[in-house]
Amino acid sequence: MTTTATTTGQTVLDARGVTMRFGGLTAVRGVDLTVRSGEIVGLIGPNGAGKTTFFNCLTGLYTPTEGEVRYKDTVLPPTSYKVTAAGIARTFQNIRLFANMTVLENVLVGRHTRTKEGFWSAVLRGPGFHKAEAASRARATELLEFVGLAAKADHLARNLPYGEQRKLEIARALASEPGLLLLDEPTAGMNPQETRATEELVFAIRDQGIAVLVIEHDMRFIFNLCDRVAVLVQGEKLIEGDSATVQGDERVVAAYLGEPLENDPGAAEAAEVEAAEAHADTPHDTAAGKENDR
Amino acid sequence: MTTQTTTPKTPDTPAPGSPTGLIGIPAPLGRALATGGGALTVLSTFLAWTWTDAFPGDLTVYGYPGGLQVLVLIAGALTTLLGLASYGVKGLRWLVPAGADAALKFAALGAFATTWYTVIAISAQLGGVVNLEPGGYLAAAVTLIALLGALALPFERPEPDPFDPDDTGWDKARHRAAQNWATVKAALAGTTPRPRKPLPTWAEILVIVAVLALALTVFTYGIGTEYDELFVGFLITAGLGFTALHRTGLITHISELTARHQNTTVFGAFLAAALFPFTQTDDQYATIGVYILIFATVALGLNIVVGLAGLLDLGYVAFLGVGAYAASLVSGSPSSPFDVHFPFWAAVLVGAAASLVFGVLIGAPTLRLRGDYLAIVTLGFGEIFRITANNLDGTSGPDVTNGSNGIAGIPDLKILGFDFGTPHDIAGFTIGRFANYFFLMLLITAVVVLVFRRSGDSRIGRAWVAIREDETAALAMGINGFRVKLIAFAVGASLAGLAGTVQAHVTYTVTPEQYLFAGTTPPNSAFLLAAVVLGGMGTIGGPLLGAALLFLIPNKLQFLGDYQLFAFGVALVLLMRFRPEGLIPNRRRQLEFHEEADAPAALGKTGA
Repeated sequence: MTTTATTTGQTVLDARGVTMRFGGLTAVRGVDLTVRSGEIVGLIGPNGAGKTTFFNCLTGLYTPTEGEVRYKDTVLPPTSYKVTAAGIARTFQNIRLFANMTVLENVLVGRHTRTKEGFWSAVLRGPGFHKAEAASRARATELLEFVGLAAKADHLARNLPYGEQRKLEIARALASEPGLLLLDEPTAGMNPQETRATEELVFAIRDQGIAVLVIEHDMRFIFNLCDRVAVLVQGEKLIEGDSATVQGDERVVAAYLGEPLENDPGAAEAAEVEAAEAHADTPHDTAAGKENDR
Repeated sequence: MTTQTTTPKTPDTPAPGSPTGLIGIPAPLGRALATGGGALTVLSTFLAWTWTDAFPGDLTVYGYPGGLQVLVLIAGALTTLLGLASYGVKGLRWLVPAGADAALKFAALGAFATTWYTVIAISAQLGGVVNLEPGGYLAAAVTLIALLGALALPFERPEPDPFDPDDTGWDKARHRAAQNWATVKAALAGTTPRPRKPLPTWAEILVIVAVLALALTVFTYGIGTEYDELFVGFLITAGLGFTALHRTGLITHISELTARHQNTTVFGAFLAAALFPFTQTDDQYATIGVYILIFATVALGLNIVVGLAGLLDLGYVAFLGVGAYAASLVSGSPSSPFDVHFPFWAAVLVGAAASLVFGVLIGAPTLRLRGDYLAIVTLGFGEIFRITANNLDGTSGPDVTNGSNGIAGIPDLKILGFDFGTPHDIAGFTIGRFANYFFLMLLITAVVVLVFRRSGDSRIGRAWVAIREDETAALAMGINGFRVKLIAFAVGASLAGLAGTVQAHVTYTVTPEQYLFAGTTPPNSAFLLAAVVLGGMGTIGGPLLGAALLFLIPNKLQFLGDYQLFAFGVALVLLMRFRPEGLIPNRRRQLEFHEEADAPAALGKTGA
């Protein structure tokens, strides 16, 4: 298995004491997380635990109320596009493609930070422009081949089936040549086959030397994939460790199966149990396929 | 009929899928009637329709169609041709790659509508149907027969929705109306054309040339229509005739051709436009031509801001005004406070630069807003410009713009000894003052088209579209949203300023009242936006066509008078209801139609 064969190196992401408050509500409280190069780190937690908020803090969509986020020893600016330029790319939980652009154009947009051609260059069309444009297209086509969408380069993004939209979003994120890729529920809504294909894709991305931080509800997916898993419950990091540690921790089970951690009974809790159960159901279907895979 | 409850079938609704016509005439008879009616329509245009030449266009002559009769002749000829093509006549198959039936319906409808409009106009204007000659009666009768015949042609009926037995009477009536509407739509719908046979390149280019020549002819005819009735007839014939051609699938083939030879098409289109003044004998229509061109160029500039970057700018005409004022101030006009007379190239630079600065000044604070807020703020800035120009008159403020009197007496341009103010003889044609400016303006239009095409298909253009599609995702992809939007705003502003420099010289006078938010004469901000939306956002052809229509229609239909804006509003509402993508949808939208079958629904949130 490829998971164990990783050599962990330099610290890519270093979040220290990240706290995010919205008025009186503290969505994320003092979370520390490090991701080293060549690592796949998972971030799990019940609904409303603050996982996506934490992601948004990392990518500059939100400015953390407290704490700081470092990427390769530089403090990240609190602006979304500068974070991407620094080397962190992300996908979105609810797919956010440029629906009326073609598949290729979506990936080309991802190249934005790695190219320089401005307005005048576009109007004057010197040799430099054509060279850069050709290089961008070549790289974008390469990425589409990597995720398996090369044949659909000229389709509109909106017309792709769901699973391929997810893949395209990953290809678009990879186009910005990131050192760290943040995936927000990359397999949500996928069938078991698609989930497994995504798993392969994430391993392939890691093998290119890109660190991956992934939010997911599909436990089998997470524990197959990740070198380390952090559990976020009610905005706080409950535990962090390898798959076995996390799976064995009864507080995690409690958080997922609805035994209230603090005195917080209510309807929301019940909904969470349902969601957790729904996710607990799916892995049974994949089990056979997984065995064949090993 | 109203007692019916559960069964979707009614006696007069045949089973779905069985092809029948809208009218219960046997299909072969209908086809014969349509074709024969078309031929007779052609014939009837050679007869006299009325006894007096009091009705404009002189429809009293035997053997020589005039005015509206020419339009009916064309529609009738099209009907006949399509009728023959629907019989599968050899040599006409190329005309109907998507089948002739739906097209035949539109052609017959075009002939019918134009003829009956003419007949009714004659009767109304001269006081009664007694003023019609037998030719008029014949034309009315045969076009009606042709239309009825065409409507009897078979088509695929849509699958009817079953009734809900619990529906109330009102619901049922609505249901039935929806069903009937769907049937009518299906009767007029086109089919996918069969693939085009590849032609040799020279032949393809020849086809493009022919199409451009046809377009120039149609445009020249439309601009030269001398009376209201003829222009209305022109709109009816051109609109329905074009729809008929679209239904034949010919237009689809031609747009494939133009897409393959984009540069040739663009170059050819400019050549065709440059030929326009040579088709005119006096300067009257060249005047309209140059105003259309100014309007269209500014609309195209706005299309960068609205169509590509998705920034709703309701004060865009202010940039045209800034350019015009800047150019007029340095033009050596006696009412300009600056006693300078710049050469044209310098005036152009001044005008574009002034608009650029104004655009950045407005854009920098406002572009942090999104959507409706931006629209409101730009609307405000557009008004601020006009009111400021009004007040810089020496009493309310420093004397710069001469207040509401404006800068008058702007001298004509002289470039390299070529005086734009006087007529010139070129190859036997007299090119008047407005035609001179028409050529100059065409050059500016070419610049704007070039900027639009090249910037649209580049890193910056993709960033604009990305911002329009999803700003958050665009930011997350590393696009500096504010900067990119500011570039779009500034580029749009300087292109409008460019057009403004020429406009100042064409109109002699620049006053604040030329740059309103909304008015009856284009260009104003509302009309500019309407031209973009009407024509098609994000395209080059769209705003050009939209601007031409929006300029010509109020200009030609003087009888609308006070109802002009009302009619315009109604037309816009209808257009948005039935063709929201505009008259010329852009490539991406077309793509949408080509693969509509497997489009998945929008993707919702899937758990946190």
